[in-house]
Amino acid sequence: MALMTKATALGMHTEQLAGRTQQRFFKPEEEPRYTYPQAFEVDFDRQADIDATDLDTRAINLRIRELMSEGYGTIVLNNPGAKHSLAVGILNRLNLQIRGSLGYFGCGLVDGPNIHVSGRVGWSCAENMMAGTIVIDKNAGSTFGAALRGGDLVCKGDVGARVGIDMKGGTILIGGRAGAFCGFMMQRGRMVILGDAGKNLGDSMYDGTIYVGGRIAGLGVDAVPAEMTELEGQWLERKLKMYGLEAPKGIKNMQKIVAGRQLWNYDNLEPAEKKLIL
Amino acid sequence: MCGIAGLIHRKQTGDIGQEMTAMLQSLKHRGPDSTGYALYGKPRESELVLRFKLAEQAEMSKGFDIHRQIQERRAEIDRRLAELGAKILQAEPATEYAFRYRITFAGDLRRLANYLEDVEGAEMLSMGHGLELIKDLGDAARVNEQYHLQGFVGTHAIGHTRMATESDVDIRSAHPYWAYPFADVSVVHNGQLTNYWNGRRALERSGHRFVSNCDSELIAVYLADRMARGATLEDAMKSSIEELDGVFTYLVATSDSLGMAKDVMAAKPMVLYESDQFIALASEEVAIRSVFPHEINTFDPYEGEVRVWKS
Repeated sequence: MALMTKATALGMHTEQLAGRTQQRFFKPEEEPRYTYPQAFEVDFDRQADIDATDLDTRAINLRIRELMSEGYGTIVLNNPGAKHSLAVGILNRLNLQIRGSLGYFGCGLVDGPNIHVSGRVGWSCAENMMAGTIVIDKNAGSTFGAALRGGDLVCKGDVGARVGIDMKGGTILIGGRAGAFCGFMMQRGRMVILGDAGKNLGDSMYDGTIYVGGRIAGLGVDAVPAEMTELEGQWLERKLKMYGLEAPKGIKNMQKIVAGRQLWNYDNLEPAEKKLIL
Repeated sequence: MCGIAGLIHRKQTGDIGQEMTAMLQSLKHRGPDSTGYALYGKPRESELVLRFKLAEQAEMSKGFDIHRQIQERRAEIDRRLAELGAKILQAEPATEYAFRYRITFAGDLRRLANYLEDVEGAEMLSMGHGLELIKDLGDAARVNEQYHLQGFVGTHAIGHTRMATESDVDIRSAHPYWAYPFADVSVVHNGQLTNYWNGRRALERSGHRFVSNCDSELIAVYLADRMARGATLEDAMKSSIEELDGVFTYLVATSDSLGMAKDVMAAKPMVLYESDQFIALASEEVAIRSVFPHEINTFDPYEGEVRVWKS
């Protein structure tokens, strides 16, 4: 099946299925593989530990980079102490195990690593994430996955408000409930909330798809329910299974929310006006 | 930005002075201008603790006359307490300009507070059977050192680190705010109220006093007004969600309770840890970790949520 056909079958109007994370679901040969020219060659069998107790944010992030440059492919970060901005800007393949909780802006601007956080994450986790996987065992704060562009971002517990605000791709999976304004101005990608969703869900979304397993407190402007396709059901089943999650009432009973596209006025604008707005 | 924090020891006491200092110091980056504490010791029904200041810290470096003026103002406070029938059990300076009095007083608290505040430069920071409100310029370590808060044993506390945005850097504008003239009620707030002046004018017409131009004071006075009309703390907080506009998260404490309210947009942060023995809340988890370094479960309260816990 052609990529565009698959994307359409998954309920997306414009998204191209591309990037490393899609290789887990589709044939690897169909997907382009991309790594940064300055990326370090790392060996996942080589492990190093960091004790973050007495280190500040800058020192911890520099140490992660140093270890990657030395070829360590598995790094265990102990005692992060909910410090802010840890594990940011990692543009590399890396298996990063964080034992504890992160503060604000954890794992932001990453492209490629597989990160596991055993604790909770604060506001704005994985902001602008490009690719890779991030799995959080406990809860997450607000603006989880803001402006996400790719990869899988998973929180097994509850999350705060404004999940996936302005997201432009990738997948966000939430095991529990989520707060208000999730998917606000969402442009692409998929969001799965297995518990209840707060009010104004998908407010002003341009595109992308939101699946909800629990009760929706209220839809935002231009967010409308839609029928789930068979392929979407299969995708959800595989995706949830991959991260050990389950839809409480079954996948068939999940609700699908998409953009009503009543706010799509750009095509009616003159080129000069379009430039001003976009 | 500002940082707020709160904690309760359930059915026990702890060194809340030290714990709140650790929490507030870890929130210093959210607001280095001033730091304040509302500490709740064991209530003594027969006594009132007064915390008041007779000058701003900044005035202390503006000439020698202020030292004499403070002495005169303090003498006037003592005279007025005696005039209203209050008996001073203990009077101690916390700093040259801030004081802690233990008194017995059986009369009307509003009359007492109004009469004492009528002294030039005087501001009643708090009155209560258990509450002691301390606030000054600088970070928590500095305020703790000035006021010797380590070792303050009590049941619960709230605190604030302030980044001044729309009012001055002075003690008057620092948090917490006492819900004047209600004994033992205090408030800290992170956010911005957009209907501050409308709300203030309405409350002033009802006879309430404001000492600052800080929007956070409106919350304290608003809650005091609702409770004066017979509302419970929780009901007053719920109505505040409807009536106060803007983005805010605030904490309120009474002699035996601690409450939290979050606006309907959930625009301001709050992290909560709850166990059978302890409840801790803060703008950032790093503050809770300063008291509980081991692994614990924390979560974000949701939009429009009001919670009240008993100590």
